[in-house]
Amino acid sequence: MDLNIFWFAVLGILLAGYAILDGFDLGVGILHLLARGDSERRVFLNSIGPLWDGNEVWLVTFGGALFAAFPHAYATVFSGFYLAFMLLLFALIFRAVSLEFRSKMESPQWRSAWDTAFFVSSAVATLLFGVAIGNSIRGIPIGPDKEFAGTFLGLLRPYPILVGIFAVSLFAMHGSIYLYLKTEGDLQKRVRGWMWHAFGIFLVLYLLTTIFTLAAHPEAIANFRNIPWAWIVVVLNVLAIANIPRAIYMERAGYAFLSSAATIAALVFLFGVGLFPNLVVSSLRPEWSLDIYNAASSQKTLSIMRIIAFIGMPFVLAYTTVIYWVFRGKVEIGKFSY
Amino acid sequence: MGLDVVLLSRVQFALTIMFHYIFPPLTIGLGILMVFMEAMYHKTRDRQYEAMARFWTKIFAVNFALGVASGIVMEFQFGTNWSTYSRFVGDIFGSALAAEGIFAFFLESGFLAVLVFGWDKVSPGMHLFSTIMVSLGSIFSAVWIVIANSWQQTPAGYRIVGEGSAARAELTDFWAVVFNPSSMNRLGHVLIGAFILGGFFVMSIAAYYILRKRHLDFAKKSFTIALVVATVFSLLQLVSGHDQAQTVAATQPAKMAAFEGIYRTTQDGAPLYLFGVPNNAKERVGGGLGVPGLLSFLISGDASRPVPGLDRFPREDWPPVPLTFQTYHAMVALGFFFIALTLLAAFFLWRRILFETRWLLWIFVFAVIGPYLANQLGWLAAEFGRQPWIVYGLLRTSDGVSKSVPASHVLGSIVLFSIVYLLLFLIWIYVMDRKIRQGPEEIAELPPEKLRGKGFFLAAAGGRGESMTGSSEPRK
Repeated sequence: MDLNIFWFAVLGILLAGYAILDGFDLGVGILHLLARGDSERRVFLNSIGPLWDGNEVWLVTFGGALFAAFPHAYATVFSGFYLAFMLLLFALIFRAVSLEFRSKMESPQWRSAWDTAFFVSSAVATLLFGVAIGNSIRGIPIGPDKEFAGTFLGLLRPYPILVGIFAVSLFAMHGSIYLYLKTEGDLQKRVRGWMWHAFGIFLVLYLLTTIFTLAAHPEAIANFRNIPWAWIVVVLNVLAIANIPRAIYMERAGYAFLSSAATIAALVFLFGVGLFPNLVVSSLRPEWSLDIYNAASSQKTLSIMRIIAFIGMPFVLAYTTVIYWVFRGKVEIGKFSY
Repeated sequence: MGLDVVLLSRVQFALTIMFHYIFPPLTIGLGILMVFMEAMYHKTRDRQYEAMARFWTKIFAVNFALGVASGIVMEFQFGTNWSTYSRFVGDIFGSALAAEGIFAFFLESGFLAVLVFGWDKVSPGMHLFSTIMVSLGSIFSAVWIVIANSWQQTPAGYRIVGEGSAARAELTDFWAVVFNPSSMNRLGHVLIGAFILGGFFVMSIAAYYILRKRHLDFAKKSFTIALVVATVFSLLQLVSGHDQAQTVAATQPAKMAAFEGIYRTTQDGAPLYLFGVPNNAKERVGGGLGVPGLLSFLISGDASRPVPGLDRFPREDWPPVPLTFQTYHAMVALGFFFIALTLLAAFFLWRRILFETRWLLWIFVFAVIGPYLANQLGWLAAEFGRQPWIVYGLLRTSDGVSKSVPASHVLGSIVLFSIVYLLLFLIWIYVMDRKIRQGPEEIAELPPEKLRGKGFFLAAAGGRGESMTGSSEPRK
């Protein structure tokens, strides 16, 4: 297999893994302030307590893999989106420390300040991820020297912002289903209500985003002519979305969660198909775009990295499975909890 | 005067990496101590060891979280602030970073969950296994990042492709990159530095408890273990430091000349300054005390061998000599201080008067600042000494910055990082102080072992038992 295509696919898998796994953590953060009182909030935090850190590693590895496999894309995007990435970093820092520090003190002011920080950082991080995806679809001003030639405000156009809000609704829905699986009793009943609301908002935004994409950025589906089997994923995506309310209605929250995970995976896949073989589209001139060939590392590095990935990924999947298995079931607040 | 984006980017990198580096050395150093304590519990079933493992794990978790939070900044920053550098080294440096993610971060962060939250969810064997994995993960992380940095110091296994601003280093030999001339020396030095910090950190808190007559059994045991570790590694660090200085002399002569303030290539043996004030204008070390010929002897084994001075290099290739000299000398002085202090304490321990010698314990309460400083100073010396290169001899630091980022943006992010990190630093101190005041659980407060036995049984029944732990722990 073409090594450049292989690495494009690996990045897709890492991104999908991150979006599915940290997606529910961020979703729990987005819903956090809806929890009433200290004990409910602790349930929320501890539902993701042992898992969020490992989930974030998918993003870190995505960043490392992008750096290694396509250094020009890494360098252009990270320096071009400077302020956006700084905001993202502060959001991720605050999410981490609000989880860690919130319950270390009894003071209600202390806790409510961290609760707010947890919500804001989760929501902002998600919004920024969506804005980044939206700009990738839309294209950004890249000059012939592979450098970003735009401004921060230029990244905040209606389409990317819509994708950002869509991402918030997607993760909120994903997180609400996760919370339903992790909670019991009265709280769970309320979470069930949020699931319906979150799904409704998600569905509206999904339709809006789809229409906007097709109308304003038809190039996003140009690749489907060359790759007709990608239509199967479109169908699967729609089926997965349709299965979410069905599963919720039938009290099969586990299936609803799998369906929303599948929805996220399908969206990442479709995003990848739309982008391929580009990594960053230049809105100035198509030939200035960074693609998987002109932005790539040497074939030697790509092949060594492939060996590293083949050695490492089975371990990663094994640990992830073990950890999720150990922490399965409902949240219990104990002396080690956040 | 316009703002200089290179200087600002360097300040930001220094600020963020120095803040980050408060945490990883401690988690690496504390990690091996926790493995030892928990393994002792496993072996002896002495519950004091269990209380120790639990307490130090709590401290570990707080530091680990801050290490993660500040660490992600580092990975992003190569791209945000140093994008030209990233394009130049992506082929090599990027691979090391990706390998760190795959081999180290997943391991650490996954098993950390079991370590912190899993005390009554998994069997003691599985818990010990998780502690070992987290400790290994933190060491692997150091392995990859030190390899990446060492490649910047002593590049190997590459060729330069392209011309001018489009030039970049391409990998030709992976193992030559991994085992570049300085990587293994430096890795040893970094890890030993972390182990010394782990030892002094535990001794500091334990000494405080002993002085306050609290948790005496816990504190004395912790102190003894940590003292052994700190003594052994302080001594080893002398060997490692010597070894590394020889590598620097062979591979980065300008850095060595800056470390030691050798402005002019000597006719015969070069002196070793114990202290002094290098003066770039006069090109000499002022007010210093130098031992004649000692530097030549340490580098080559021959006290009369000339050592190349800074005069061999054009002025624009000089590192900032005074900064490099002072940070390096302060680190070395601290290293000798650790040896003296740990040997003294070991002697007192042997004479069985250590825990009654209050003045010495008070020194240990504060001595932990020493290894924190020494770890920072060592990195400062290493990075100052590499200047003006970002990749030694290949790419200048001033050519590595992002072209599309204006100085005002970097200034803005420096201000924000300063505020946020100051806040986090204060919270960190406050939370650590609380945890230390709360202290470890008394043995009577620990959950009964029977309960954990049940956990173990359930764990085995649930299919998460020895196959994963690889432990030969007999089932009860």
